Amino acid sequence: MEFLVASAVGVLTAAGVYLLLRAHTFPVVLGLTLLSYATNIYLFATGRLAVNAPPLIDEHLARYSDPLPQALVLTAIVISFGMTALLVVMALRSWSVSGDDHVDDGEPASATAREDRP
Amino acid sequence: MNHWIVLPVLLPALLGSVLLMVARRDLVIARALSVASCAALLVLAGSLLATASAEAPQVYALGDWPAPYGIVLVLDRLAALMLVLADLLALVVLLAAIGGADREGRHFHALWQFQVMGINGAFLTGDFFNLFVFFEILLIASYGLMVHGGGRERLKAGVQYVVMNLVGSTLFLLAVGLIYGVTGTLNMADLAARVPEVAAGDRALLHTGALLLLLVFALKAAMVPVHFWLPGTYAHAPAVVAALFAIMTKVGAYAIIRLFPLAFGDDAGASSGLAAPWLLPAAMLTLLAGMTGVLGAQSMGQLAGFSVIGSMGTLLMAVALFTEEALSAALYYLLHSTLAAAALFLLVGMIAQRRGSAGDRLRVAPPVEQAPLFGALFFSAAIAVCGMPPLSGFIGKLLILDSARESVSSSWIWGLILGTSLLAIIGFTRAGSLVFWTSSAQASARGKGMEAAAAEGEPAAAAATAAALPLVATSALLASLVALTVFAGPVSEWLDETAAQVYAPAQYVDAVLGVAAGNE
Repeated sequence: MEFLVASAVGVLTAAGVYLLLRAHTFPVVLGLTLLSYATNIYLFATGRLAVNAPPLIDEHLARYSDPLPQALVLTAIVISFGMTALLVVMALRSWSVSGDDHVDDGEPASATAREDRP
Repeated sequence: MNHWIVLPVLLPALLGSVLLMVARRDLVIARALSVASCAALLVLAGSLLATASAEAPQVYALGDWPAPYGIVLVLDRLAALMLVLADLLALVVLLAAIGGADREGRHFHALWQFQVMGINGAFLTGDFFNLFVFFEILLIASYGLMVHGGGRERLKAGVQYVVMNLVGSTLFLLAVGLIYGVTGTLNMADLAARVPEVAAGDRALLHTGALLLLLVFALKAAMVPVHFWLPGTYAHAPAVVAALFAIMTKVGAYAIIRLFPLAFGDDAGASSGLAAPWLLPAAMLTLLAGMTGVLGAQSMGQLAGFSVIGSMGTLLMAVALFTEEALSAALYYLLHSTLAAAALFLLVGMIAQRRGSAGDRLRVAPPVEQAPLFGALFFSAAIAVCGMPPLSGFIGKLLILDSARESVSSSWIWGLILGTSLLAIIGFTRAGSLVFWTSSAQASARGKGMEAAAAEGEPAAAAATAAALPLVATSALLASLVALTVFAGPVSEWLDETAAQVYAPAQYVDAVLGVAAGNE
């Protein structure tokens, strides 16, 4: 299970960073979403991975899972969801005003980006 | 428990919501409530400052949950100082915004209150995850303020700013997760108590987490190599918003000053002195990058933005020495550079309005209206930002140079600070002479056209009274710099004690964890 979670975090992060570096708003939004998924899974794992263990301390239970990371992840999910929504709105607005979905400033950057495309 | 401590967070939070619901249509009510709230906050911060300088650090346990389990707000001298600075800036710049900038888009005042709430909260909190939440609050408000008024360039810069900070937030969460995974705590005081006991095998993870946090704070503080977002953001933001953002870079610096002496100071065993080898060279490069940028700036907004990067470099260099004297000097320079940068941004905004189509771009253009007045103000602000006598920037730099005397890298620090001051002077001289002198030489022909245009626009009489407000605000900021210069003695004595408190982390830890002991 550790291997599964670790590789999920790794793959999500790698894909997120790759998309982020595309520097067009849609891939960037997707990239940030993947990065925030990776972060959430990672945060969840900081309380150590425990299967079938309740987040409550009870004298009959030998094993219990750490409730704090779960609370942190909930907060992080809410915040990243709100931020993504805001980013989408701003990106749409920026696209409709400037007719260009490039995240970078300035003309030279968008010119090279166009050359990159087949 | 002193319940006043939570009010700097609650008051703007409540008022921001009220503004959204009640005053969304009525600008007059919104302005009145917003100014009243900022004035009340300033009074409150002043009284908290008096409390903090008389007593040991005070703790407010939210929901009365004891310290390592619940979230605490901590008021000590450093937090109180930052509160006063932030609330003073918020009030003065708000006055400037009432001069007309708040009319350009909707919900300006509500966003302003939420921004102030986030900043105040970040200065007060004693918990990492809570710090993350307050960072998000101040950021989400700043996204709204940044694109206030709209426009192509501003929206593009805004999207870039949001993406940068979302990546920063992700890194923040990763760092918090690493630290929690190793130490099992999110409370700063509890962390300070646990760092020396971390097992040798886990120490590398802890250090990774702490240095990731340093990177996140560096991003907020616009330190090399993560400084590049600042000039574009600040140059494209509305002038009043850029002026308020002058405190935002200091939030990053504050977080560095708060965390590293507390948890990774001399008592931290194998982890002590963690940040210094990274922070000092990065701060040096920041200073160099900022002042070089001042030389190459294309517009006055960029000029001001790069000078903020330069001043952060100077400030963080003093912080990176991690001694009491240097911290005291850094705090003095922090006060100065925040106020000076805000004054400069307000001025750039006003000058850009008076240059017709040229805006704030550094090129030959029709002369600035009321050139003598604005020339004089720009001259004073430039003196302050460059750190020339007689204003407080000079004293700040002098204190920093003096405190660096003992350091191993003193020759580097002296050389860089003095050398880059020259670069800044050249950059500002170039900008000032281009804007105020070059244009007037060949302006007479165009000037007549301008006068005719001005005569047509006579209903501008009402606008003229409104336009006086930014001028009043800028003068107030410059006057506060003069006050900072005149009272440099008492201020730096107070700051010496503040620095001593920061470097006596036992006080802070006892205050926070003692609350737990008292409740059990």
